[in-house]
Amino acid sequence: MTSSTATVPAPEALPKVKTDLLPLLLLPVIALVALPLTGSFSTWVTLTFAGLAMGMIIFIIASGLTLVFGLMDVLNFGHGLFITLGAYVAVSVISRMTGYIESPSLLRNLMAVVPAMLIAMVVVGALGFVFERVIIRPVYGQPLKQIMITMGGMIVGVELVKVIWGAQAIPLPLPAAISGSLLFGDAAVEKYRLIATVVGLLVFAAMLWVLSRTKVGLLIRAGVQDREMVESLGYRIGLLFFGVFIAGAALAGLGGVMWGMYQQTITPEMGGAINVLLFIVIIIGGLGSVGGCFIGALLVGLVANYTGFLAPKVALFSNILLMVLILLWRPQGLYPVVKR
Amino acid sequence: MSEPLLNLQGVHTKIGAYHILHGVDLTVAKGEMTVLLGRNGAGKTTTLRTIMGLWPTAEGTISFQGESIASRPTPEISRRGIAYVPENMGIFSDLTVCENMLLAACDAKRAEDLDASRLEWIFGLFPALRKFWQYPAGLLSGGQKQMLAVARAIVEPRKLLLVDEPSKGLAPAIIQNMITAFRELKQTDTTILLVEQNFNFARQLGDQVAVMDGGRIVHSGAMAALAEDEALQQHLLGLSLAAHR
Repeated sequence: MTSSTATVPAPEALPKVKTDLLPLLLLPVIALVALPLTGSFSTWVTLTFAGLAMGMIIFIIASGLTLVFGLMDVLNFGHGLFITLGAYVAVSVISRMTGYIESPSLLRNLMAVVPAMLIAMVVVGALGFVFERVIIRPVYGQPLKQIMITMGGMIVGVELVKVIWGAQAIPLPLPAAISGSLLFGDAAVEKYRLIATVVGLLVFAAMLWVLSRTKVGLLIRAGVQDREMVESLGYRIGLLFFGVFIAGAALAGLGGVMWGMYQQTITPEMGGAINVLLFIVIIIGGLGSVGGCFIGALLVGLVANYTGFLAPKVALFSNILLMVLILLWRPQGLYPVVKR
Repeated sequence: MSEPLLNLQGVHTKIGAYHILHGVDLTVAKGEMTVLLGRNGAGKTTTLRTIMGLWPTAEGTISFQGESIASRPTPEISRRGIAYVPENMGIFSDLTVCENMLLAACDAKRAEDLDASRLEWIFGLFPALRKFWQYPAGLLSGGQKQMLAVARAIVEPRKLLLVDEPSKGLAPAIIQNMITAFRELKQTDTTILLVEQNFNFARQLGDQVAVMDGGRIVHSGAMAALAEDEALQQHLLGLSLAAHR
């Protein structure tokens, strides 16, 4: 047998692989159900874009969390700290560039926002490095200790944030060129929400590309299913997990910046407050599933916005209710990962 | 028996509170197929997992090509040229057949990097894999998954294959297909340590045999000798080949 370039065999006519579209259909179904209830098409458009933007930001934050769980069964309740730190680092960068933020030029705005996001990702990625080595690594395979120590790590981290930046809320104003709304007929859609939706889609597309087109992506998908077999094939799953953990932390940092801009104010508790939503999303989606996480995040975003407008009291528990209903329908989540 | 490739001396394995292997002594000769037989719970699978480093060695030595691999990290053991086909096949069901094969070739980044002539040889052994090349592996039948598991182990030349019960749950026709494939594999001088419960399957392939009971090797020798000695079969395995046919 000599080494040469492999010719991939031509696919023969085979029965088509069935794609499970039902969870995907939930999104338009919920949106269409909400349409008559809101009573106004323009309000519905506004709420839908707000929900999609919120969902995209939650997806950016939660995608790393679901892969971390899928690869090593690690429940990181400290993920919220990454969100908080990302937002505070961004504020520190942006506050030194107020001239750029207040400029009506989009280019000048981006010259402040993009570095702020990148620096936030680097700093939070570095924190992820330390967090994994110091806090997560000693408790591999011990779920109860993981919950306790990661929550403890977040509490300590939040207190340190208060020491550095203070306990008070800090405004994070939108750059001038992306504040305000665009009008589609009577419907007003905030520019930032459109941008958040596009960024979320780009992150999702990039993630899908990495997971389906690169060897590292294949290893991550394989590791989520059967990490022992990945090791038996000669790959160091610990190193893979470490990389995913750092990337997931960096994405949470990016999400923290975007969430801060979405709320236009940041507090040390913002990460902890969104933590519950993250776990709802990854449970709805199916633990370890990036596609499920994406659909779950959009569902959570839409339901939160529709119920917030239609029935504010229901909005307080609407996402828990959504999770319960979905788990009654699909106990393993929308797109469960087949694990050995 | 030719020179030893793998050698286990007094290997003990403990899993939590359970002491599973009680001093396993086993030699696998280069270029031969050694079959590990024994009842359920005898310690066969644990022996393979201990060799692969999936369970730590509590005591004893494991040497491969004269170097100790006891309790080394599994990826390092694999990179030394040992491939493992677990009892559950370890197929990544969400990945396609092609992607499963690609992962087994550590240095290949894309399907195009796989050795084409070796791939053709594998397709010759297991034609179904060509047909289902771009199919999710989870949709394959049990027999096809087993073929993929073995194919994955040989997508690159290996020094030693550890195969755990490849005939388990397979239809007789598929088992015959497996026997043919393993025979062809043997002709390439691949060294194989095969765990089996199906004595008829094992008899047709094995050069050497080791029988386990209670976490120890209680018999080792030439397969041909055991295959001809029904009293010994009855004594070691609780059955005779005649009854098993």
